[in-house]
Amino acid sequence: MKFKGKAWKFGENVDTDAIIPARYLNTSDPQELARHCMEDADKEFSKKVQPGDIIVAGKNFGCGSSREHAPISIKAAGVSCVIAPSFARIFYRNAFNMGLPIFECEEAANEIREGDELEVDADSGKIVNLTTGKSYQAHPIPPFMQELIRDGGLIAHILKERKNITSSQMTCDPTGCKVKR
Amino acid sequence: MPRKMTIAEKILAAHADLEQVSPGELIQVDVDMALGNDITAPIAIKIVKETGIDTIFDKAKIALVADHFTPNKDIKSAEQVKVLREFAQQYGIIHYYEGGDVGVEHCLLPEKGIVLPGDVVIGADSHTCTYGALGAFATGVGSTDLAATMITGKTWFKVPESIKFVYKGELGPWVTGKDLILYTIGDIGVDGALYKAMEFTGPVIERLAMAERFTMSNMAIEAGGKAGLINPDSITLDYVKGRAQRDFKVYRSDDGAEYAKVVEYDCSKIEPQVAFPHLPENTRGISEVGNVKIDQVVIGSCTNGRIEDLRLAAQILKGRKVKKGVRLIVLPATPQIYSDALDEGLIRVFLDAGAVVGPPTCGPCLGGHMGILASGERAVATTNRNFVGRMGHPDSEVYLANPAVAAASAVLGRIASPKDL
Repeated sequence: MKFKGKAWKFGENVDTDAIIPARYLNTSDPQELARHCMEDADKEFSKKVQPGDIIVAGKNFGCGSSREHAPISIKAAGVSCVIAPSFARIFYRNAFNMGLPIFECEEAANEIREGDELEVDADSGKIVNLTTGKSYQAHPIPPFMQELIRDGGLIAHILKERKNITSSQMTCDPTGCKVKR
Repeated sequence: MPRKMTIAEKILAAHADLEQVSPGELIQVDVDMALGNDITAPIAIKIVKETGIDTIFDKAKIALVADHFTPNKDIKSAEQVKVLREFAQQYGIIHYYEGGDVGVEHCLLPEKGIVLPGDVVIGADSHTCTYGALGAFATGVGSTDLAATMITGKTWFKVPESIKFVYKGELGPWVTGKDLILYTIGDIGVDGALYKAMEFTGPVIERLAMAERFTMSNMAIEAGGKAGLINPDSITLDYVKGRAQRDFKVYRSDDGAEYAKVVEYDCSKIEPQVAFPHLPENTRGISEVGNVKIDQVVIGSCTNGRIEDLRLAAQILKGRKVKKGVRLIVLPATPQIYSDALDEGLIRVFLDAGAVVGPPTCGPCLGGHMGILASGERAVATTNRNFVGRMGHPDSEVYLANPAVAAASAVLGRIASPKDL
């Protein structure tokens, strides 16, 4: 799977309150959360971002709360993936569970500039800056988490183990998975 | 010879049914308690329902606590709590709390003996790490992880490396566990313990009361930590005795266990700390704060809403008045704490000082309700986060401090040390 889009740059320690402020947590509707995505870091972000675009941020992205509303809002806003030198651990977990691909790569995060056109190969973790021509290699994703992604997220993975059904019988969106019966 | 292990490794190994584990290993563990609240549990419940699996792993090992936007602040919040209530009824969840039974989750569960030493606890709330103070491996996860555990009773972990913090010396006046953890975060940064387990040790910790230990473990996540553990001792067992509702096992780190790093602090040199906006790592000693005028003070939360915290605040506020123009909001963290504060006359002290005493709720800590800031306003809070917009308007500011500093600040209308009174 390959992602192609424009880079949106953010600083270090982008917290979950900046990604989706708690005042909007009285809902878990992805589209409503998407309208407020990154609002306290960049008020206009949800209006400017285009489907496929990529967030490139500083270290410790997603620090703070455990709210899954954060990766949900990013995914529902159309962002294809996030690149940063490191991610806060609950956000890291949530992103994989929700099927939002994230890539740890310090060099790429430092060198990519706002507006650069990027291409990311999700399987290999190769990041290419099409604007500058430079390519980068993100940290490999652990095999267990690759399995989660292949199965369509954590819940789909569990269902597959439990019911011995294939992932093709399942549809997943940012709030969960449905088994077709 | 078996590998020497840290407390975190021992608990994880026992719950994975393994003789030993090492950092970096991916393991599946049995969960003793899985927690969700009115923000995170509705998503987990939706996921569980949509899987078509109509059983949960254990109705006694799931806790649902409606504490964030309660008493329900609006229709949407009320709908979210309704989801919890109906799920709890349908599945007979034993530990379901709302209304007059509810308290701030991380104060409520230890108080009721629902989380215990040696447990593996996951919670769809980042401050689940609070229970590390009991010597449990407790960590925050998202709603999908919670859903998976509600179905299977298990979760997966990458065994974390541990960092050992050794606190030596004597605590100065008005220096509390809150100051030790703020100082630590100020020293190592908000990602200083990223992916790692923090272990708080040393003579100062051995003398520290449970309330202050909870405060320290609570904020492990503010340094990026996966857990914040304290080895159980007689203080832990005195606290747990009479509360525990089931058997538990105590684990302690082996001498010679491996740590990624060992950090030592001379606590005699630490003064009360204040974390400036907009990160908990922006700490300064109280003597270096300068003249910062404030509009609001919040005393409460899973960090500092316990009876010991209220006693400390009342000690400062007794016979004094909150500065005109400053709003002091006191939120006892559980019904039991509220009741004790009433019996001890603390509520009278707060009311006489001109404070608003509210119900147990997370409320203003996360900018939910019951004390939201307007643009340009500043608050001193005993809470755990001071991110942009955390307590309200994106142009407002939150300064984190201990309850004594918060109370003194309410009286003087600026960030102040109790010594300034």
